[in-house]
Amino acid sequence: MKYAFFLGCNIPARVQQYEVSARAVLERFGIELADFRSFNCCGYPMRNTDQKAFLLSSANNLAIAEKENLDMLVLCKCCYGSLKKAESILKENGSLQSEINRILAQNGLIYEGKSRVKHILSVLYHDVGLDAIKSEVTSPYKNINIATHYGCHALRPSKITQFDNPVSPKLFDELVKVTGAKSIDWRKKLECCGAPLMGINDELSIDLTQKKLDNGKKSGAHYLVTACPYCHLQFDTVQKKMLSVGGDEEPLASILYPQLLGLTMGIDKQRLGIGMNQLDISDVTSFLVQE
Amino acid sequence: MVFTLLLYISLAIFIIGSIYKIYGWFSKKIGISVKNITTSERVTAALGGILKTIFSIKIFTLIKAFIFDVVIQQRILKEDFLRWLMHTLLYGGFMLLLLLHALDDIITEPLFHGYYSTVNPYFFLRNLFALMVIAGLAIALYRRFILKVPRLKTSGMDSYAIIIVAVIIVSGILLEGIKIASYTEFKIMVEDYAEIDDPDELKAVESYWVENFGVVSPNVKGPFNQDILEQGLEVHEANCADCHSASQWAFGGYVTARVISPVALFLDSVNASTILWYIHILACFSGLAYLPFSKMFHIIATPVSLLANAVMEDGKSSPANILTKQVMELDACTRCGTCSLHCSAVMASESLGNEYILPSEKISFLKAMVAGKELNDGELKAIQEGVYLCTNCNRCTVVCPSGINLKELWFNVREHLLQEGYPEPLVLSQFSFIRGLNRDYNAQANGYFKPIKDAQLAVAGNFDAIMDKSKPLYLKDREQGERVRLRIKLQSEGNTYSSCFGCQTCTTICPVVGNYDDPEKRLGLLPHQIMFSLGLGLVDMAAGSKMIWDCLTCYQCQEECPQNVKITDILYDLKNFAVRNLEKTSEKTDSVPQVQV
Repeated sequence: MKYAFFLGCNIPARVQQYEVSARAVLERFGIELADFRSFNCCGYPMRNTDQKAFLLSSANNLAIAEKENLDMLVLCKCCYGSLKKAESILKENGSLQSEINRILAQNGLIYEGKSRVKHILSVLYHDVGLDAIKSEVTSPYKNINIATHYGCHALRPSKITQFDNPVSPKLFDELVKVTGAKSIDWRKKLECCGAPLMGINDELSIDLTQKKLDNGKKSGAHYLVTACPYCHLQFDTVQKKMLSVGGDEEPLASILYPQLLGLTMGIDKQRLGIGMNQLDISDVTSFLVQE
Repeated sequence: MVFTLLLYISLAIFIIGSIYKIYGWFSKKIGISVKNITTSERVTAALGGILKTIFSIKIFTLIKAFIFDVVIQQRILKEDFLRWLMHTLLYGGFMLLLLLHALDDIITEPLFHGYYSTVNPYFFLRNLFALMVIAGLAIALYRRFILKVPRLKTSGMDSYAIIIVAVIIVSGILLEGIKIASYTEFKIMVEDYAEIDDPDELKAVESYWVENFGVVSPNVKGPFNQDILEQGLEVHEANCADCHSASQWAFGGYVTARVISPVALFLDSVNASTILWYIHILACFSGLAYLPFSKMFHIIATPVSLLANAVMEDGKSSPANILTKQVMELDACTRCGTCSLHCSAVMASESLGNEYILPSEKISFLKAMVAGKELNDGELKAIQEGVYLCTNCNRCTVVCPSGINLKELWFNVREHLLQEGYPEPLVLSQFSFIRGLNRDYNAQANGYFKPIKDAQLAVAGNFDAIMDKSKPLYLKDREQGERVRLRIKLQSEGNTYSSCFGCQTCTTICPVVGNYDDPEKRLGLLPHQIMFSLGLGLVDMAAGSKMIWDCLTCYQCQEECPQNVKITDILYDLKNFAVRNLEKTSEKTDSVPQVQV
């Protein structure tokens, strides 16, 4: 299996641990990742102000993957949602597609909707499969409670993202369970992390984050698990800042899924960038059952 | 005499110009950074920083950066081999010519015993180095005009740089060619260096040079008989060979001499070598004098930038040194376009037709801004959009061959423009994520909220007037509303809002609404009310509500809507609509009245 690896903008700049851990884990499952420097922003942040700039950005990436005859493997859920949304708009609107293609043609590209967009969790769940993952889990977790954070832009609008059942999804929970961890039930599992409003309405953004964290802690979670750089930054960097002014609360740190999984596969924690998170997650290894 | 005079004049201009430019590094200001740092404080801070670096472990980092980044230029090599080859040929060839040839009486003569410009290896090397420069120039022209490297823009300054180097090198080779063919030059050499009195011997050596070394003589012409040539060889070896290698070694000049041989006598008679000598030295001297004011100043600024950025860590240097470095970095930019080639926001630039989104173009603007150029409204708005429409992926900083810390520069300028420019609607997009992420929670807000409030007011300033409950709700704008509806329909795959039957599921499920005790007051209109307004054709009302900007885009409403109204998508459309309708000619933010939000 070979994919065009789409990192987006946040990961190379601020969440490199997501990239390195994803590479380390995917390599073990024989998934080959092709890197393209010509990939640009997915268009997500442009969508608020200019739909066309968003579509053109997304389409450019889709067309690059198409030219290489590869499906895309995406790490960021906001990138994933944007690329899927653009795909669906262009599919339904032929004249818009031709207009976009006229511009793409200047770079020798054309978008015809031939490549598929997949999130890393979908690839692990559907393409690799739980059994194959299980066979690589050599030192599973024991007695650890993990709160899965699904991430809005993968889950909804479900007709477009086709990620999982939007009301009672199980994909991420299953992926967590396969590591030996307990995926807890918590009320705010499917809600937004708050990141989309960070910088626009900080107070609201932080309120929503705080509510999620409170609910997660109350539900007995040791860690949140994420698979999106925006969610992760919100729960990691932003939470750390919130704690710096919010008294003596205990943090509920976020661990990225490839980090969580990679540790059970015996991958060195340095290679998984465990130390690169803002909040300390090194204690997670204490839950590992040693061989 | 003329030479010395011109040399000193151009050298003086070069030195004064360089001092002026470097003084600018310490006196000019950029962005929001600390306003009251004086030039002397900045000089002191820089000297302190340099000394501290030199006498610390960092000296090794500095040496490493000098070897790999400055001399070998690995940053260009990593990017593109052809470009590295071009640059290495140009700068390597030119530097070697400067040291070996232009500064021969200062450098080559004292260093190498028995130096003569006409003896090998110098005779040959001069041509080899010139060939390097010509090959470099050829690649430069190829890249710009045939290969058409994307986003490599050619300005007057780029053309100037290519032309001045080309004139220097080509005139030098022509000059050498003309001198090789020149009979006058030959005579002077014989008179000055050889001790030949016998007319037969003179004739023999002349014939020998005509036959073998490209001299064109009015007296003798080939083919020569073998005896004369043999005698010529003897005389040559006795008198000339010690201080003059075979002209063929100067291959560039020799080929030129052969090509011009039919007109060589004429050129000699009009003293063409003197004319070319003037062209050559005038080109060199004007290049030298103009260097501090041209793109070529990067010869000085870029190594400084590479070295400074190798040892200055993000956020750890003093504000004075960062300020100085940022002004200096503008001179280090050669507008090579590497940053723009890899810019993540490139398609937005394409779509919005705003070149200032591209980093290399932003730098050109910053140069003008720092130089104190007045900008017109259009330019200011474009640059404001340009600096804010940045995904903060840091790729420009990673790839910059001059090592410029572009991301730091953007942050600085962005904040400055936000505080003093026009309300920027992009502040209300996820481009603001990084601004929120970097905010210092412990510090006083320091104007952090001002740009957000300004932008909110700009996109929804008249909402309160529309919503004034003492006035009846006019549906007078319906006709216009219909047209708008049409546009919205085009974007959001159908006017699904008309299917809304008012169950309020969207509002009930919305986490933003749920966050407030008084959501209507905080958000203006709630999601279902927005759908209703649209149904009534009250698009301005819908687009004026704060709710649309506080939407998380979590899509819960749209997912749960029993009528399949594409609520989140419609909110996106309304945001686009509000931005499109925003009269960006509004006053600068300073004069916009502040509202309490």
